[in-house]
Amino acid sequence: MAKLLGIDVGSTTVKVCLLDEDGTTLYSSYERHFSRVKACVLQELEKVRSFARSAKVCVTGSAGLGLAERGKLQFVQEVQAAFCAIRKFYPDADAAVELGGEDAKIIFVTGGTEQRMNGSCAGGTGAFIDQMATLLDLSVDEMDRLSLEAERIYPIASRCGVFAKSDIQPLLNQGAKKSDIAASIFRAVVDQTVAGLAQGRRIRGKVLFLGGPLYFLKGLRKAFKETLSLDEEHAIFPETAPRFMAIGAAMSAVGAQEEEIDAVAKRLREVRGDDALVSGKPLFSSREEYHAFVERHQRSDLAFENILTYEGDAYLGIDAGSTTTKLILITPQCKILYSHYQTNNGAPLEIVTSRLKELYALAGKRIAIRGAAVTGYGEDMMKAALKLDLGIVETMAHFKAALYFNPEVDFIIDIGGQDIKCFKVKNRAVDSIMLNEACSSGCGSFIQTFARAMGMEIEEFSRLGLFAAHPVELGSRCTVFMNSSVKQAQKEGATVEDISAGLSASIVKNAIYKVIRARTSEELGDHIVVQGGTFLNDAVLRSFELETGKEVVRPAIAGLMGAFGAALYARENAKETLSSIVTEAELERFAYTSRAVTCNGCTSHCSVNILTFADGRRYISGNKCERGAGLKPAEHPLDLYAFKYEKLLSLPSKKGKRGRVGLPFQLLMYEQLPLWTGFFEACGFEVVLSERSSRELYFRGQHTVASDTACYPAKLIHGHIESLLDMGVDFIFYPCESYNLDERDSVNHYNCPVVAYYPELLKANNERLGGGNLIMPYIDPNSERTTVKALTRALSRYHLSSALVRKAFREGMERMRAYHAQVVAEGKRVMEQAERENKQIVVLAGRPYHVDPEINHGINKLLCSLGFAVLSEDAVFEEGDLVKVNVLNQWTYHARLYRAAEFCTRRENVNLVQLVSFGCGIDAITTDEVRAILESRGKLYTQIKIDEINNLGVVKIRLRSMLAAIEEAQKTKISEGGSL
Amino acid sequence: MKTEGATSDFTQPYPVFTREMKKDYLILAPGMLPWHFELIAEIFRAEGYRVEILNNEGRQVIDEGLKHVHNDTCFPALCVIGQFLDALKSGKYDVDKTALLITQTGGGCRASNYLPLIRKALRAEFPQVPVISLNFSGLEKDSGLSLGLGVIRKLGYAVFYGDLIMSCYNQTKPYEAVSGSADEVRDRCISAARLLFRAGGFGRLKENTYRILDAFSAVERREEERLRVGVVGEIYVKYSPLGNSHLEEFLLSEGCEPVVPALMEFVLYCIVNNLNDAKFYGKRSLATPVFRFAYRWLLKKQRRINRWTKKHGVFRPQHDFERLRQHADEVIHQGVKMGEGWLIPAEMAALAETGTENIVCTQPFGCLPNHIAGKGAVRVVKTLYPKANIVPVDYDPSATRVNQENRIKLMLATARENQKTAN
Repeated sequence: MAKLLGIDVGSTTVKVCLLDEDGTTLYSSYERHFSRVKACVLQELEKVRSFARSAKVCVTGSAGLGLAERGKLQFVQEVQAAFCAIRKFYPDADAAVELGGEDAKIIFVTGGTEQRMNGSCAGGTGAFIDQMATLLDLSVDEMDRLSLEAERIYPIASRCGVFAKSDIQPLLNQGAKKSDIAASIFRAVVDQTVAGLAQGRRIRGKVLFLGGPLYFLKGLRKAFKETLSLDEEHAIFPETAPRFMAIGAAMSAVGAQEEEIDAVAKRLREVRGDDALVSGKPLFSSREEYHAFVERHQRSDLAFENILTYEGDAYLGIDAGSTTTKLILITPQCKILYSHYQTNNGAPLEIVTSRLKELYALAGKRIAIRGAAVTGYGEDMMKAALKLDLGIVETMAHFKAALYFNPEVDFIIDIGGQDIKCFKVKNRAVDSIMLNEACSSGCGSFIQTFARAMGMEIEEFSRLGLFAAHPVELGSRCTVFMNSSVKQAQKEGATVEDISAGLSASIVKNAIYKVIRARTSEELGDHIVVQGGTFLNDAVLRSFELETGKEVVRPAIAGLMGAFGAALYARENAKETLSSIVTEAELERFAYTSRAVTCNGCTSHCSVNILTFADGRRYISGNKCERGAGLKPAEHPLDLYAFKYEKLLSLPSKKGKRGRVGLPFQLLMYEQLPLWTGFFEACGFEVVLSERSSRELYFRGQHTVASDTACYPAKLIHGHIESLLDMGVDFIFYPCESYNLDERDSVNHYNCPVVAYYPELLKANNERLGGGNLIMPYIDPNSERTTVKALTRALSRYHLSSALVRKAFREGMERMRAYHAQVVAEGKRVMEQAERENKQIVVLAGRPYHVDPEINHGINKLLCSLGFAVLSEDAVFEEGDLVKVNVLNQWTYHARLYRAAEFCTRRENVNLVQLVSFGCGIDAITTDEVRAILESRGKLYTQIKIDEINNLGVVKIRLRSMLAAIEEAQKTKISEGGSL
Repeated sequence: MKTEGATSDFTQPYPVFTREMKKDYLILAPGMLPWHFELIAEIFRAEGYRVEILNNEGRQVIDEGLKHVHNDTCFPALCVIGQFLDALKSGKYDVDKTALLITQTGGGCRASNYLPLIRKALRAEFPQVPVISLNFSGLEKDSGLSLGLGVIRKLGYAVFYGDLIMSCYNQTKPYEAVSGSADEVRDRCISAARLLFRAGGFGRLKENTYRILDAFSAVERREEERLRVGVVGEIYVKYSPLGNSHLEEFLLSEGCEPVVPALMEFVLYCIVNNLNDAKFYGKRSLATPVFRFAYRWLLKKQRRINRWTKKHGVFRPQHDFERLRQHADEVIHQGVKMGEGWLIPAEMAALAETGTENIVCTQPFGCLPNHIAGKGAVRVVKTLYPKANIVPVDYDPSATRVNQENRIKLMLATARENQKTAN
């Protein structure tokens, strides 16, 4: 019998296994291929040759498909390969979890065989872990070691690498421990596997853990064991885990033709990429063109002044960005005395203090710092720690800097490590601000992560792209998707140069078409200033100019613009006195300790971080309201969200004799809770509400989530169902309503498909539901006759007369009207008080269920703390005109949005912030329309995307930018003599 | 302050398709089901319209879509709009004499909003191009095609013939002894059917059905067992090669027989939803009896075709629609009517029951109704039909083919495994 050779070509590694006639392993290996798939496989074949001259060969793995096809080798799907090996070596296993580079898989062996792979997202895979390690500036091994020392777990979104980053970065900036973050990352991976793959099936019994990451990472193993509650006996980590698929492939090779290894190698060597690869134009056609390009951009440089000889005043600007920290010291004439740009490696405060020390040493006694300002993610912390004079929201800092370089500037785009910021400028004031949304952020750090994955530094990697002959087209969506595009390109044989250039173009396209949402390049204006560290990369800059067809200004300090803007701001606001910044002497004694605690001020239970400085001062971060900072909240908050939430919670009251009905407090119930408590109480039932939403509640129901790309509110309801089942209610009630209330202001009055039919999904995917414990009649609340009929039938086992049902339904409808009237009245009160107190008002416009604090993450409280009064869309839409819009206006909740927007356009002090749940397909339509309504009448549009991410860092920037823009606009109006 | 009942108009003007334009305008329609649409185009041509079905593909189509459509809008919108923009930019058409045609169902998912999205996409570069709506819900009265009863009747026949040709082709192609012979028969049948709509004779249902059945059964076949793979899902990615990366061709290349349910099932599903609205919620209107009549008329015809197909004995007939509704009730409620709603689990169950246990459930990434009626319903279908082997596949502008094909291959590997165990 011939020897069997299995080759598993994954997205990041090549695994090889050679089996003897009797199944013993002769040779096996696990190598990273750094995208050089073919070379790596050939190298391995060379090694195999010393064990066998010929073998039956079978290939598996996501990147192996193309290789097998063109090399004319047998191919087996990798899950199938694993299945093969499981049956042979672990016949008593019940399930297997396999994490690979960019894939995650679950195989259920017993109780109905099922094999599942992750969807098109790479969240929660090996690549995700790599990306996170890069972010923490650790090797994966170090991260693993640290994770074992963790003391607490932070909630981190795991569905998408970009999301996770936006959770992790602020934690780092707030000084959370790396060990805790590391463990939290592993927990996130587990959650993703459970939610994304198990999809309603519990992973239990004897579970096999396969693949490289699960073999090498002890912290990850631990997280899996803990989350799935598995003991030593039931969690199996085979020695062969990393190359398990290769073994499976070898076993599947039985049916193949025996071949000389040399012959296989020869065929593979001759494999060429096919022509399917789409490639763009090279960035530069010649070296000369490149030099002219470089020369043109050198014109936008600042002058330098020697810090060692200069005597006089100076202004300091600090930009504590998400991934990088920037400092700049300027003279009153804006000459640079000192500047610094550094990846903050998760320790921004250390960097700034050490740089300040250096700066003080260089400056001697000659330089007097008159003002110091800080901007960026770490603004508050830096300001507190270093006693800086001023903080400025980063959007304004960037704007100030750009204005300095081009007073005529009408468009600014800043691509940083984590975010893209764009501003349109009119009359020397910011007219509109666009920030990237979590999922469309092809930002700078992506290239960095990618460069490292290829084993290169970013500078080298991007230089390679400059003269690539055939840059690959990689699409322009989220970075995780780009990962698979790159994988495809590699499979087709693209070179590292081509991929580098392709990535630069992708980032630019993403920014122009997805963030700015420009239809044509004319929309961007004529005087464009580009900035942000990412534009220091010539390949990105060139791609931008090619894509827009315009020559733009890139200041040589592109990476320092935030800091420069802050320094300018310090200069503008400087007083005669010296800056309050920590002195050289204080700096010597500077030290701090960081402690994480959970705030118990309210039910939000924010994770709060307390920094205590050597001189006894404290800085608290992570809190969403005053309570976390130890302050007392206002007595009558101008917050309709809080009002509505408490009102709804207080609704169920009476005991009933007929039984207990459970209402899941989510989705539709945030609107119709008064209706159904009224109805059931009138029918003689006791109404039980599910627990308040929380991350923990979500995890309780996570194993029944069938579609992980649904919105967070939908995924949360699974937890509410578990909660009600645990409370032992007689039945759970949630009606299916294709049609929402007809408010007679739109073409039709649908619910969205998710709100309308979610009970069907719950019923289908929760094995505890059945036998009539979920009652979900199909009703149209506008039609009393048919609703009464449907309800009577649905509750037939309680033998309610239709007269009683009718009476109860009317009672419910009456209560809903009363509730709505209360909301409107409270809205009026808030508005009047805000006007008396001269406060700006924000209509936080979303869906009724956005009132849930677990869904809005306390944005209402944040707004209040910024000095806004908060209204909801349902309190004001009736004050707005009926509207005619460009899109088909056929959903009740969305029709309210349009009218609420119309209302805002007619009030000077009322602004609209739209809340959008990630994954809400319908809001893809409403957002553009709401924006158009507001902008057509000169109002700012602000949108906030929310998901399970529980961090308001970015949101805060957005809201502060909005506030700054409103103030700026008011100033302009006053100075122009206009009335307010 | 607000005046009672006042209306603010935020709409931007758009060109309307007028009666006079009929003569000298060329109407472009997106491709979805190439052969069905060819027949439908022929009907409009007979009415004096100039119609062309687009079949442009490639990266530039997707890129145009990405440029002009919001990130989170579903993939079919992106494909359709990309196809339109790419066509208008191709230089092949006189853009001052071109109009675009799109369907609207008026349902609760986003699909009925494609038309406003197309208008939005056109505004910057082609503001003069009117967009026409093809709908039966009274939307877009100023830009709709007014369809006479005669045309609607013809459309019904076109769908029947298209479905039959598609079904016979799929049941012939994998087994043809001479490569290309099934394609040749299909082209012949399509030309013949086009002639029926131009020259008359489309109403001779029995004669035409047998002609098609005979033509395909005359193709010489290899005796060979092939894995049958059903395709269900969101209507556009289920049928459109541009939307589903040529799924049917891929399945053929993997040695499978693709089983693609009929377009008529979707038509009947839409009609039944109107009847159900009347039944469940008392939403009756003047149109209700018309829908009822249409349903009975189409169902009767469909049953006849199925009967003849069975009698002819070579090809499997389509699912009986009343049976499909029973299947729907087994899995989900017929009240789930947005998108493709209850039709998806009904088709999955019907396929599993008739021996096509391996199923690809296609959907655009993040498709709202499919969370519930697609992925969400798979578990129930599997409980009812334990042999069912279903893989949900997401389609997205950036989801690579490798990714999709790898998942389908996994499903096929399981299918072959099951087949082995069964033998």
